[in-house]
Amino acid sequence: MIDLTITGGVDAAIRAHGEETYPHECCGALVGRNGSVTAIVALPNTTEEGPRRRFLVRPVDYRAAERRASELGGDLIGFYHSHPDHPARPSQYDLDHAWPTFAYVIVAVASARAGDMTVWFLKDDRSSFEEGTLHHGENSHPDTAAAVHGQARRG
Amino acid sequence: MAKILIPTPLRPYTDKLDAVDASGATVGELLADLTRKHSGLKAHLFNEQGKLRSFVNIYVNDEDIRYLQKEQTPVATGDTVSIIPSVAGGAPTVAEKGSDIGTLPALTNDEVKRYSRHLIMPEVGVDGQRRLKAAKVLCIGAGGLGSPVAMYLAAAGVGTIGLVDFDVVDFSNLQRQILHATPDVGLPKLTSAKNKLQALNPEIEIRTHEVALSSQNALDLFRPYDVIVDGTDNFPTRYLVNDACVLLGKPNAYGSIFRFEGQASVFATKDGPCYRCLYPEPPPPGLVPSCAEGGVLGVLPGLIGIVQATETMKLIMGIGEPLIGRFLIYDALRMRFRELKLRKDPDCPVCGTHPTVTKLIDYEQFCGITPAAPEPSHVNNATELTSVELKQRLDRGDKLTIVDVREPNELQINRIAGSVHIPLGDIPKRYNELDPDAEYVMQCKSGVRSAKAADFLRSVGFKRVLNLKGGILDWIDKVDPTQPKY
Repeated sequence: MIDLTITGGVDAAIRAHGEETYPHECCGALVGRNGSVTAIVALPNTTEEGPRRRFLVRPVDYRAAERRASELGGDLIGFYHSHPDHPARPSQYDLDHAWPTFAYVIVAVASARAGDMTVWFLKDDRSSFEEGTLHHGENSHPDTAAAVHGQARRG
Repeated sequence: MAKILIPTPLRPYTDKLDAVDASGATVGELLADLTRKHSGLKAHLFNEQGKLRSFVNIYVNDEDIRYLQKEQTPVATGDTVSIIPSVAGGAPTVAEKGSDIGTLPALTNDEVKRYSRHLIMPEVGVDGQRRLKAAKVLCIGAGGLGSPVAMYLAAAGVGTIGLVDFDVVDFSNLQRQILHATPDVGLPKLTSAKNKLQALNPEIEIRTHEVALSSQNALDLFRPYDVIVDGTDNFPTRYLVNDACVLLGKPNAYGSIFRFEGQASVFATKDGPCYRCLYPEPPPPGLVPSCAEGGVLGVLPGLIGIVQATETMKLIMGIGEPLIGRFLIYDALRMRFRELKLRKDPDCPVCGTHPTVTKLIDYEQFCGITPAAPEPSHVNNATELTSVELKQRLDRGDKLTIVDVREPNELQINRIAGSVHIPLGDIPKRYNELDPDAEYVMQCKSGVRSAKAADFLRSVGFKRVLNLKGGILDWIDKVDPTQPKY
């Protein structure tokens, strides 16, 4: 489980979300199955520690994302967030707060432009992250990700 | 016996089950039973101290146990207990420097009280205050800009503040340098500054460096600090501070003031421009007057210094939008702020892609200021005279005219009796009021402007023009101490 496949629509939607919230961090859930992300659910960043450097998904939003994932016929398989003006590498804070098995996608957004995108998985002993490989797969429903994105924002 | 709902990321540790049964009368007992049965869960639910991790939320029948009795919350048979993740993360802040937030110093109860107005703002909070406490900031200069910078940073709880200065408090400082008070006149500025700052906040460390900043000591002085605040009043030091910051990769919270105008920016961050991207070359010596020559509105350094202090705190806490790549210009008379965009110059000699300045240089020479060579006495006699010599010649009844080239408002402060007044700027159009064959002594405040006036008169054919060395200040020191100095 060290590979993650994302569709072009998902890729574009994560980047767009990161650019939209710049200079603050964006965050959202990854929906899919078997190491493949088919949709995202954009979530509000509820951190109280300054959204330029932190994000927080509350339990209530986690549950909403879970419900949305099953409505979309997938599982919650991870989360994405942006690093404004910072490389797409996990911080110590990311490590301290990571859940096992989830895919953590990070997109670097420099001066409002999305750049590198990487994916990381927590090691079982919590000592560090292991970098995964992002594959770009077929986009069967080009509008799906964007549509989900928009819908979640309204909610 | 109660049912525990397991979230997706933890199911690999419960044989892929989304719900498991565990026994216990409280949440704590239930979780202990759960981790006994599924030992892989333990590291993800509990930290090294055996406490539930902050991002693990436990609900009993949809109630967060934080609002019940925490781990002592009773659980009845048939209750449903859910483990629900919150998901958090983020980019490292400047102050983190790769270090774990856990290594930051804790706040004492006194500090919590002192900084409570910070702590209740989520953007600062306990973590932000701990970052301030861990931070080390060096102020170059404990004068006009250094005063508000150091006072506000001390009040805000920056844990270590370094001050570089070697001056002594003078009466003329008190109009703006609020670190120093009337009884401090004559004391080293660092002594006066340390007293004030430590009285304001005894919790922090004040380090004093009573040296003239130089190419020899700058790198070693700067190295232990996180942010450098440039409050200098001259170009050689300004370039020195900039280059040392670039070479060490330390942000430079820059400010400068003159008369009614101030400037501020943050230079020398990794991706931002530096002072040399803005001004690759210093102005010719003497073109830009200093505050001592041109004056400065007393409150001006207050405003600019507080911009520098604000930027310093933001850099430390990693919040807000830093003044990087932006150049703030403030006009006190019109009460207007302007902002210029600055770009990093790829050809910058110090922070560009192929830097030519890779170590500190001789900044006096770079700025065209050469140390005053011992002046041969015969040359001295030909172009200058001292105030004592002038007094002797006046007493002797020599026929000479003193031309005061200062601005009219300066003459209201003091004046050598009998002098003629032509401001420096008017000399080129008014020199014909003077006689090219008569003898003149040119005079200003300290001898710089009058030397220019003397040069000009000689260039248009005046034969006997002398400059009063040290200006009216020297005259008051040596000849007429009854007059006020400025």
